[in-house]
Amino acid sequence: MRMKLAAATAMALSVMPLSASADGEVNIYSYRQAYLLEPLLNAFEQETGIKANVVFAKQGLAERLEREGRNSPADVVMTVDISRINELVERDLVAAVDSDTLADNIPENLRHPEGKWFALTTRGRLIFTSNERVEEGEITTYEELADDKWNDRICTRSGKHPYNIALISSMIAHHGEEKTEEWLEGVKDNLARKPQGGDRDQIKAISEGVCDIAIGNSYYYGNMLNDENQRPAAEAVRLVFPNADDRGTHVNISGISLTKSAPNRDNAVRLMEFLSTDEAQRIYAEANTEYPANPDVQPSGLVAEWGEINPDDLSLQEIANNRDAAVKLVDRVDYDGE
Amino acid sequence: MSEAVTSGAPGLTQPLLAKRTSKRWLISAALTTAIVALPVLSVIFLAFFPEENIWPHLLDTTLPRYLTTTIKLMLGVAGITLVIGLATAWAVTMCEFPGRRFFEWAMLLPFAVPAYVIAYVYTSLLDYAGPVQITLREWFGWTSAQDYWFPEIRTLEGATLMIGLVLYPYVYLLARAAFLEQSPSLFAVSRSLGHSAISTFFRIVLPIARPAIAVGLSLVLMETLNDFGTVDFFAVQTLTAGLFDTWMNLGNLGGAAQIASTMLMFMVILVTLERYSRRRQQQFAARDNRDPIRRFTMSMPRQLICVAVCAVPVILGFVIPAITLGQFAWEYFDESWNSTFFRNTLNSLFLSGTAAFTTLLIGVTLAYSRRLHNTRGMQIMMRLSSLGYAMPGAVLAVGVIIPLAGFDNWLDSVMRNTFNVSTGLLLSGSAFALVFAYTVRFLAVSAGSVESALQKITPSMDMASRSLGHSPGNTLVKVHLPMLRGTLLTAALVVFVDCMKELPATLILRPFNFDTLATYVYQFASDEQLAQSALPALVIVLAGIVPIILMSRSISGSRSIA
Repeated sequence: MRMKLAAATAMALSVMPLSASADGEVNIYSYRQAYLLEPLLNAFEQETGIKANVVFAKQGLAERLEREGRNSPADVVMTVDISRINELVERDLVAAVDSDTLADNIPENLRHPEGKWFALTTRGRLIFTSNERVEEGEITTYEELADDKWNDRICTRSGKHPYNIALISSMIAHHGEEKTEEWLEGVKDNLARKPQGGDRDQIKAISEGVCDIAIGNSYYYGNMLNDENQRPAAEAVRLVFPNADDRGTHVNISGISLTKSAPNRDNAVRLMEFLSTDEAQRIYAEANTEYPANPDVQPSGLVAEWGEINPDDLSLQEIANNRDAAVKLVDRVDYDGE
Repeated sequence: MSEAVTSGAPGLTQPLLAKRTSKRWLISAALTTAIVALPVLSVIFLAFFPEENIWPHLLDTTLPRYLTTTIKLMLGVAGITLVIGLATAWAVTMCEFPGRRFFEWAMLLPFAVPAYVIAYVYTSLLDYAGPVQITLREWFGWTSAQDYWFPEIRTLEGATLMIGLVLYPYVYLLARAAFLEQSPSLFAVSRSLGHSAISTFFRIVLPIARPAIAVGLSLVLMETLNDFGTVDFFAVQTLTAGLFDTWMNLGNLGGAAQIASTMLMFMVILVTLERYSRRRQQQFAARDNRDPIRRFTMSMPRQLICVAVCAVPVILGFVIPAITLGQFAWEYFDESWNSTFFRNTLNSLFLSGTAAFTTLLIGVTLAYSRRLHNTRGMQIMMRLSSLGYAMPGAVLAVGVIIPLAGFDNWLDSVMRNTFNVSTGLLLSGSAFALVFAYTVRFLAVSAGSVESALQKITPSMDMASRSLGHSPGNTLVKVHLPMLRGTLLTAALVVFVDCMKELPATLILRPFNFDTLATYVYQFASDEQLAQSALPALVIVLAGIVPIILMSRSISGSRSIA
């Protein structure tokens, strides 16, 4: 029985760390890595004295929030893909925020009409081409990726990755499901290898001569240029803003929402407002080479050098609405198959 | 210790013991099982409420591939782990060669390497920009990937190899313990009847060790089936990948729970079939502890083969990953050596230690209750409480949240209504939730090994103790536990190492601002920058070494060796 007592004590001790949500705090469930948020949250604490607490995971946080219900400690959820954000809205887990600061700082197309989510950054889904083997201007649109000319020359990550799903959803929005299926089949036929790895790996594959064209998010390229070891690979490619001259380049967002159950509601709104200000937006732009959602803030010097991005003005909601269709399309085309 | 009864044997003990036993053990076992089975039952419950019927779409498109890939992966990993595990266990137990004593414990080292870490390490070594291909290009003057062929690591075969390399220690561990327990005279008899060593191995040694090997292999297969980190990174489309696709991309948690339940059922059927197929086997092996193993003395070339057979898995599964991580850790040392690193290390050690202890305690309770009441109901309880291992960690985490948050919210509303106080969330989002999840997940490991070890203790021990007036509890503490020391230590240490590596459930269930070494590593690995977290990754690997040496000692100590 001594063992049981010891076990009970151990359990009791292990419960201790939970009672940590004092005043002057704000609690974040984040689908984005905590170390990427750190500089922003430090700046926030310095300015307001409010301490931010984070749980980061790539799955399951929405379920946790839902099950914890009205007692959930989470005040805000931070996500990196419009479909994830939309899911929170559809499950009725997030609340509307009515804030003049947010309304001023974040353009209308980058926030939910009732304020159930706000974009903090945008990232373009770009095409990367080999400096050596592809002429400048040889490819300028997503549609051309299906062109026979690129047979055996394209590399991408899994078609099931949320960033590719969002791109395919935007294609469905513009061309309809049938045309998009044809297009995706064309892209699959042009793949140099079975989809694998992350966005950075596709850029590396170009520098290795495995393929000539890759699809990837803008900030991966920027972060590779900023990393000594990865710079040579990034320097072997040229970036293309697809469809710059017609409907614009597909962009996705990272965003933030207030939870319905937020126990520290005021602090949470202050955090959301802070993240939309020039100061925080600049940190975002510099640290992760993303595009600030606040139009008053310029992208980092490096990103500005790439030239101006002309974002597709398709509503993000529509992209989210086509998600399921896009996922099933990827399966039908067997995009990730051999 | 004179009689060994394998787990397939009917209970010899119960009619004598059950009569005099109080109901307390049965009740505590039933209660424990009920609590421990809650997460798995929650997931099965979720399976009844899908967002939409996922199967027509899956059947039309990807399900055939998911199934064939999963079966290929499982067969491949089973093959690798059996070959490595059995060959090396046999070599270190029965053959004399230089370094044998070192390999006894060194064979276990790859167990401490998480599968997702070894996958990242080999990708960075073997991809185009890695040292291997750079060297090859320098030697042969190639200039681009088009000039030569090099095996692609991010494939089904690659994933099979990676997972096999870190999981074979399960088979090795259990097979070695079983080989050590076998009576050398059996072997001698077989040889004197004209069987060669190899024929004796397959006709006598393996069949006797089969229950232990089956346990090891089923642990391997369950881990393989549930692996997400490696297959996701390598873009290998297994059922688990399909499950996460259904959950995350289609937002259909119920559909995902259906896939998880199907996988669970598949594992249960597999394990049941294996048990059924040896239902008529009963082994009573007379074995004397003082009867020493007579190891083969071999010619020099054969000894060298033994060394090579043992060295290769350790080099591939441990030495190379550890050195690579060491190099990265050195490069990024200043970024990683800080207070966060120490706090995370403490968190990992504390959680894994607590979970190992709890898991052992519950494992002993269940296994001993079954010894006292060897009924069908008790057997079912044993199986039910071990199901957590057969489910992907992230899915199990959702299964953990459901009862914990449900309980918290129920208590909260009761308190609000009666005392007007809110108790908020007590268990959900606490370290308790993590320990609970680990216990549910790894109970199969401890309960299984305690159960099979208990079955080898002759019932006359219990009878003697009880007739001297000791209660069942007293008998357990005074008689069984001391005899089981080695098994208990091994079970606790396996669970400890498993907890150190655990990732998906920890990510979802942890408190705010709380990292273990594994979650910290994942932050960077998931952002395609493993090198920056190589130091904590290395510590996960190194923290496994001490338990592994202890484990191996406790097994060798179970038998005197000439």
